[in-house]
Amino acid sequence: MEVIKNLTVSNKLGIHARAAARIVELVKKHRSTLILAKDGKEADGSNILSILTLACPKGTEIKARAAGEDCEELIVKLFELFDSKFGEVS
Amino acid sequence: MTNTQLPEKKLLTGIPASPGIIIGKAHLVDRSRVKILYQYLINEDQINREVERFKKALCITESQLLQIKNRMPERMKDHSFILDSHIMIIHDSMLKDATVEKIRKEKINSEWALKKSFEEIKLLFDEVDDYYIRSRLTDVENVTERILRNLSGNNDTSLSQINGRVIIVAHDLSPADTTELNITRVMGFITDAGGRTSHTAIMAQALEIPAVVGLEQATKQIREGDLLIVDGNSGQVIFSPDEDDIIAYQGKQLRHEQYKSFIARTSHLPAVTLDGQRVYVMANIEFLEEVAAAKDYGADGIGLYRTEFLYLRSKGIPSEDDLFEDYREVAEIIAPMPVTIRTFDLGGDKFMAGLKTAREMNPALGLRAIRFCLKETKIFKSQLRAILRASTLGNVRLMFPMISGVQEVLDAKAILHEVMAEMEKEGIPFDHQIKTGIMIEVPSAVAMAEALAEQVDFFSVGTNDLIQYSLAIDRANELVAGMYQPFHPAILRMIRQVVSAAKGAGIEVSLCGEMAGDPLCTAALLALGINQLSMNARVIPLIKKIARTISSEDARDDLEKVMTLKTATEVRKHLLRTMSELLPELGEEGILDLSGGAR
Repeated sequence: MEVIKNLTVSNKLGIHARAAARIVELVKKHRSTLILAKDGKEADGSNILSILTLACPKGTEIKARAAGEDCEELIVKLFELFDSKFGEVS
Repeated sequence: MTNTQLPEKKLLTGIPASPGIIIGKAHLVDRSRVKILYQYLINEDQINREVERFKKALCITESQLLQIKNRMPERMKDHSFILDSHIMIIHDSMLKDATVEKIRKEKINSEWALKKSFEEIKLLFDEVDDYYIRSRLTDVENVTERILRNLSGNNDTSLSQINGRVIIVAHDLSPADTTELNITRVMGFITDAGGRTSHTAIMAQALEIPAVVGLEQATKQIREGDLLIVDGNSGQVIFSPDEDDIIAYQGKQLRHEQYKSFIARTSHLPAVTLDGQRVYVMANIEFLEEVAAAKDYGADGIGLYRTEFLYLRSKGIPSEDDLFEDYREVAEIIAPMPVTIRTFDLGGDKFMAGLKTAREMNPALGLRAIRFCLKETKIFKSQLRAILRASTLGNVRLMFPMISGVQEVLDAKAILHEVMAEMEKEGIPFDHQIKTGIMIEVPSAVAMAEALAEQVDFFSVGTNDLIQYSLAIDRANELVAGMYQPFHPAILRMIRQVVSAAKGAGIEVSLCGEMAGDPLCTAALLALGINQLSMNARVIPLIKKIARTISSEDARDDLEKVMTLKTATEVRKHLLRTMSELLPELGEEGILDLSGGAR
């Protein structure tokens, strides 16, 4: 099973260390895999360095692809994480 | 005659990372790189053992980091995510799996393989455009170094075992290292590497200990036990200082402490003059991030929010939503106190990315601010919409810059009403009564102040431009910059005229130029009838303190004398004398210096 969703990075700092760490945490709690893609470059969602070096500042459009038995839940949670701006406080 | 026994005094300059001044002994921490030797593994058995050794080092590294995290003092808990991300890096496939693969395939030892993996990761980071993300390579470096230290079994003296009060001197400190520091023993630290935004700098600020980073040569030049003066305000480090330096810095240190404690004691109290007149002391900000600091310094609101920044980024003209998000946050954080959002002042010496503007001979007198907005109405309208949308979420006021006469106000208001009508139709909520004001910074606006006052809800006097335009002085031109005189009698007269027009029409008037934050001007401005001042947040506590020592009646008497003076020099001298009589302790240049950017 596979789900694909487009996401926009809307928090001020973009996907920085703390945000990347939260994505990895989320993926580790699921049995599905996550691939984040931007401009033809791909990053492994369980891999903090890979996400960081994808370099996503505010406004970046990302394609998230989850595959596995709980992929739908993973994508929903991921969407919530993006939507909550990774809990970034101003 | 010089004493050859004494080491020569030396000065190093780095990046100030955390404020404060300390004088103490140097303690060098050797966090230098572990030497890496190349080893070729001959058989499968050796390879398997090597992989095991590597994995064991990873385990040790992880448990060390976990331990550090758990021992973290309560007030640093906010930063524990740094350690979480370090733990994730240990298990990152680019580091862990890639290294194991190299050990197996290339038959090389763990250290060499790890180093190669690190180099590969470094290449990836080097390609990233974003400075912040690129600088996160230091996190990977910190983790790699820790693993290497564990591989070599070289667990050098832990930072938590330092004896005596010392200043830590290191090549670099990882966030984990900083957390391990026994802060009751560490007075501060200085490092060769690091930048203003490094985690290390953030940690030092959280711990409230002075720090200077990016000194490059500190560990090479400073020896164990050297006497050091560390100035975390200026970024200077003096080693083997002479007696004069020590005395001078002890004075600075004392004044810094006094200034800090007086901020803590008084900044949140309202400023009320001796005879009961309330003075509203507000902050000028340029970035959303400054709002919190403004509140900490005790601001009674944001008197001027400059909105140019979002337009100057490389991404081109910001969307209405981006602007709204930004304004909403400022409004919400500062509420119920007001924020005055000034529509963008661009053109002139700044240029907008993505929008071609003609080269101008004289940008200060060119197509900028409201003039530009009235020409580029699409950009202007999008900003007005964003401000109006934010207006229901806090105490938002709207202000137009660079107004030179009534026609511009009428034109700007016509556009504002158009936008309001559109939003009404679309059913978007906004504050219909939003207070709308103008900057008074062009001499013709001073002359027309009475007529302008009928059109708006408030005035804000922008003295920086008003002085520049009135005295015909280009501050950027060093040949005449010295003639830029805030104390010029003409300026005081113009302010008086503006206040009188505002009072006549019953509208509010505030002042938001550098004069607002100048301790010498507070009494004179109050006497002129201005009771709202907006300034650099750092000087708020000082200006509040000054306001509390003023009696408005005395200030008015003194102003009469000031108004008889004919030159800027005389005015400045007079105000300096009055102020030092009023507040002898503030008369010292020291405190005025410390307030920073007061003049």
